[in-house]
Amino acid sequence: MTVTDSAREAKAAEAGPGPLFDAEEEHHARVKRLENIAKYALPITVMVLAIWIWHRIVLVNEIPHYILPGPGLVARTLVEDWGTLSASLMITLQITFLALFVAVVGGVGLAILFAQSKFAEMSFSPFAVILQVTPIVAIAPLIFIYVESRLVGLLLCAWIVAFFPILANTTLGLKSADHNLRDLMTIYRANRWQRLRYLQLPSALPYFLGGLKIAGGLALIGAVVAEYVAGTGGMGSGLAFRILEASYRLNIPRMFAALILIAVTGVLIYAATSLISHLALRKWHESAVKRE
Amino acid sequence: MTAHDRTIKPIGQRANVLRMTEIDKTFNGAVVALRRLTLDVNEVDFISLLGPSGCGKSTALRLIAGLMRPTLGRIAWEGGQGKDDLGVVFQEPTLMPWATVAQNVWLPFRVRGQSFRSVQDKIEEVLGLVGLEKFGGAYPRELSGGMKMRVSIARALVTNPRLILMDEPFAALDEITRQKLNDDLLSMKAQTGATVIFVTHSVFESVFLSDRILVMAARPGRIIKEITVDAPYPRGIDWRTSPEYAAIARETSDTLLGALAPGEDQ
Repeated sequence: MTVTDSAREAKAAEAGPGPLFDAEEEHHARVKRLENIAKYALPITVMVLAIWIWHRIVLVNEIPHYILPGPGLVARTLVEDWGTLSASLMITLQITFLALFVAVVGGVGLAILFAQSKFAEMSFSPFAVILQVTPIVAIAPLIFIYVESRLVGLLLCAWIVAFFPILANTTLGLKSADHNLRDLMTIYRANRWQRLRYLQLPSALPYFLGGLKIAGGLALIGAVVAEYVAGTGGMGSGLAFRILEASYRLNIPRMFAALILIAVTGVLIYAATSLISHLALRKWHESAVKRE
Repeated sequence: MTAHDRTIKPIGQRANVLRMTEIDKTFNGAVVALRRLTLDVNEVDFISLLGPSGCGKSTALRLIAGLMRPTLGRIAWEGGQGKDDLGVVFQEPTLMPWATVAQNVWLPFRVRGQSFRSVQDKIEEVLGLVGLEKFGGAYPRELSGGMKMRVSIARALVTNPRLILMDEPFAALDEITRQKLNDDLLSMKAQTGATVIFVTHSVFESVFLSDRILVMAARPGRIIKEITVDAPYPRGIDWRTSPEYAAIARETSDTLLGALAPGEDQ
């Protein structure tokens, strides 16, 4: 006991009304404030710094633009070629989202089938695994031989890449419903449909959303990779074709511009799926609720 | 709330709800979980199945719930199948984390195809009964362990079932919460006239709560003694501190210990 009562009172009076903060609590609060600022400030600063260094390197070494264009030139190209690039971006987006949509429908549908019947799972899951582990660049040329429509071929490639994480995660989720709740459903004589709707689907939601986050990025990768394989352009070509085309013409700034568009698209897709996940789970799931 | 006649009659005069006759349950053709279990459950009974782990008390509960079938013997519900009419409370609260308290309590009705609105009054009433009238809109994660267990009890009571099965419901709670829930359970039972089978490994809990204690032993699981606790409800602190309570607890404890095989006392 080193603090006497009078010293204690004096300290309380000094702190004024409201809760007492000791030195450790104050330290924690300060660190927390700092972290909150750094969370946004740090990545932005580092990004700006990296771009500036890129700019300086190009400038100081007088690197010609057909080898490494500076950030300014890339930005200018992005604006000047926006007509061509945006049209291609729309194509890539279209394929990505269509593939993601089909992956969700197909993945969840197949997962429900697997959860309903062990025999269906035993029969079909090897196919799903084979499709997943075989690199899409290796399958794609065959697909473009057998599928006439270029769009359908691209879609198929993107779908093959994207659907597996959704299938695997959702299957796992459907099976991980609490066993006591499953017993309760049996006791209440719930039918298959009620069991699925009231218990299994909600249990699987966090797992499905985890799969969706991965699948969103993979659908974009699938769409881009497939287009590299599909080659031939003209009207209705996506960003991957623009990169190929620009590389033949040694139009390096345009390659960078297209690349930036793809990267930004990937980041936005990830942000969107994360947001969806957060909104769907924030009320109840451990991953999304704030700790008090 | 009473669908059946549930005024508390003396033990000998209660109408039968369920009769289990000479039940054997063997797992994998080798492990005998239950041998020759015979049990009459009567209306408004509060029966405790008391015994060490492995004595088959939870197996007995699962048989009654229809989650498994007996290897031998018969389970007969008075007046036909009654499985629709069961409430169950597990050791864990077993709530759906994505649903609010009121939605969780709605579940047994929902499975029967009854809309939330049509049973809203019943849900509110039962939440009042378990002391959670203000928490209908809360999510389970916002509640304490004891409160979650109250929701679980509310879900079991809400359909006013013929029989409520409780499988060591308070085993994971701290002692103070546990005593409070024991008190409240008795008052809920008095208000609803429910029939309860309560699985526990606590001698004191079983003596405090029940009017019939079935003491079980393990290997093979069997009932070794039925002890009648002839104390009037409502029971409270007076009962918990009475000499009769101590005497029955002593008798029950001795029976349990006497049935332990050598080497089973770890």
